Amino acid sequence: MSSRQRRRRLRRAKAPGDPGDIGWLYVLPGLLFYGLFTLAPLLHTVYYSLFDWDGLTPKRWVGLANYSEAIRDHVLLRAFIHSAVLIAFYALIPVIIGLLLTAALTRTRIRGFRFFRTTLFLPQLIAGVVIAQAWVWVYDASGPLNRGLELFGLGSLVRPWLGDFSWALPSIGVIGTWVTFGLCMVLFVAGVQKIPLELYDAARVDGAGAFREFFAVTLPGLRNEILVAFVLTTINALRSFDVIYNTTAGGPGNTTIVPSMYMYQNAFLFNRVGYAAAIATILALVIFVLAAIVLRAGDRSEDR
Amino acid sequence: MRASRAEMMGTYIVLGAFAIIAIYPVLSILFLALHTKNDLVTGFAFPTHPDLSSFKAAWSEGHFATGFKSSFIVAATVTVVSAVLSTLMGYAFGTMRFVGDRIVFPIVLLGIIFPYEATVIPLYYDFANVPILHWHLLNTYWALILPQIGQSVAFGAFWMRAFFRSVPRSLIEAARIDGATSFGVLWRVLVPQAMPAVLTMSLLVFVYTWNEFLLALVLVSGSESHQTAPLGLSFFAGAARAGDPTKVAAAAMLVALPILVVYLFLQRHFVRGMFGGAIKE
Repeated sequence: MSSRQRRRRLRRAKAPGDPGDIGWLYVLPGLLFYGLFTLAPLLHTVYYSLFDWDGLTPKRWVGLANYSEAIRDHVLLRAFIHSAVLIAFYALIPVIIGLLLTAALTRTRIRGFRFFRTTLFLPQLIAGVVIAQAWVWVYDASGPLNRGLELFGLGSLVRPWLGDFSWALPSIGVIGTWVTFGLCMVLFVAGVQKIPLELYDAARVDGAGAFREFFAVTLPGLRNEILVAFVLTTINALRSFDVIYNTTAGGPGNTTIVPSMYMYQNAFLFNRVGYAAAIATILALVIFVLAAIVLRAGDRSEDR
Repeated sequence: MRASRAEMMGTYIVLGAFAIIAIYPVLSILFLALHTKNDLVTGFAFPTHPDLSSFKAAWSEGHFATGFKSSFIVAATVTVVSAVLSTLMGYAFGTMRFVGDRIVFPIVLLGIIFPYEATVIPLYYDFANVPILHWHLLNTYWALILPQIGQSVAFGAFWMRAFFRSVPRSLIEAARIDGATSFGVLWRVLVPQAMPAVLTMSLLVFVYTWNEFLLALVLVSGSESHQTAPLGLSFFAGAARAGDPTKVAAAAMLVALPILVVYLFLQRHFVRGMFGGAIKE
């Protein structure tokens, strides 16, 4: 036996009593559901994307025509740009808010932290449809936001926020920031408690100010938490369908359209099933690439 | 490091301010819901004479008895079935070496990353008339249950695998040497220890399934008797908002209520779920 074979065998060696291929019996039932109802439809979507189909009459093979149309489709381009804006609101701003607050909070044990944690975390668990109703009221012509502005003498700013061509998208973005900032805050504040105090003492002995201390100790110490926050919030941003469908439905005039909304419209309102499938495929690819980039970035910084 | 009184005060003020921001939008529709249409609510109006009539009206006019029934049937079935299947999968992925395990597990992980938006079009056409079997599953509970089990086991297998890998190898090997079958090891040795992990996973799956909207919109909106609570809320809001916003606010509170109650009683498990799995010391 060559040493290479031996090493290979060692790596694959089973622990004493490992039941081995019986493992398949345990995996199979779950795999069946996953394969039939998640994986197969995903592949089926890719297949549909190669046809021109209205959902009723027979499909017509068009090869990659749907994709070449997608590349030139200004609405789809807008939808992806809106997604990028929403990622800023759902992921970037909450992470920055979370970090700033973490830096501002003192590192002594916070009494009653559990109460704050419970409250800050709440928006994460509420259904998108419910969140939409709450914010439709907050942004309402006679809702709390506009009344509040009047109260502070800012009546000139009063507007129907979700119906305004330039303010609708940022208004949706603020909903996203609201949904995710608590998650980031709780993650970071809890993470800081795990950084050994000696590191801070050492930094202080070296004469580091609060600023240097944050960049030299706190930020590297929170690497995992920041990574997790980015993954969770970015996925939140790209899956903003529930909130958008129930607030603006992509309007006014496509100013809040996002890829999943545009896919839904093409598939179920415009009867362009093949084209909708192409949009879905592109969206899946974009998410996969983004996730791969973030996870690779995490791996690399771990090697250091 | 000792913080001064002033620093401590600052900390609480900052945390308190953000806690208020986090609950204000929810509170604002609760306040709105406790009014009636005749109060002509604007802005911050606090309900000085709380009135539950909007809740009663929303419950019957929005058909929420049906919506709650559908949502409970779907969420409970998905939660129980995927808890069992995920535990079995996590056990195999976490403690056994079998042919192909290194290929199958990453494929399962894809299910966590890929957006389920990309599966909804074929689900609609395939459930309208299931290939070969010619079943009509559109507008039935099955149309919601089957795909959501498929999605949940991807997350669940990942979650339970992490738990089973954290169990000391010696515990499993000792049971194996004592002659326990592989199922005996799982059932008698590991499952009793795995209960907290299973509970957290089940809570997350339940909340996720209860809140789900797109699948319900596409797959059961043709049958009023199968509509889930969030779908019912979406329809009701569209129909009733112009007439009486207090009823829509009440309906929204009703849909959120089961999750809020579960969260308040079991919040420890939720927070562990969100953080525990993702972050290792």
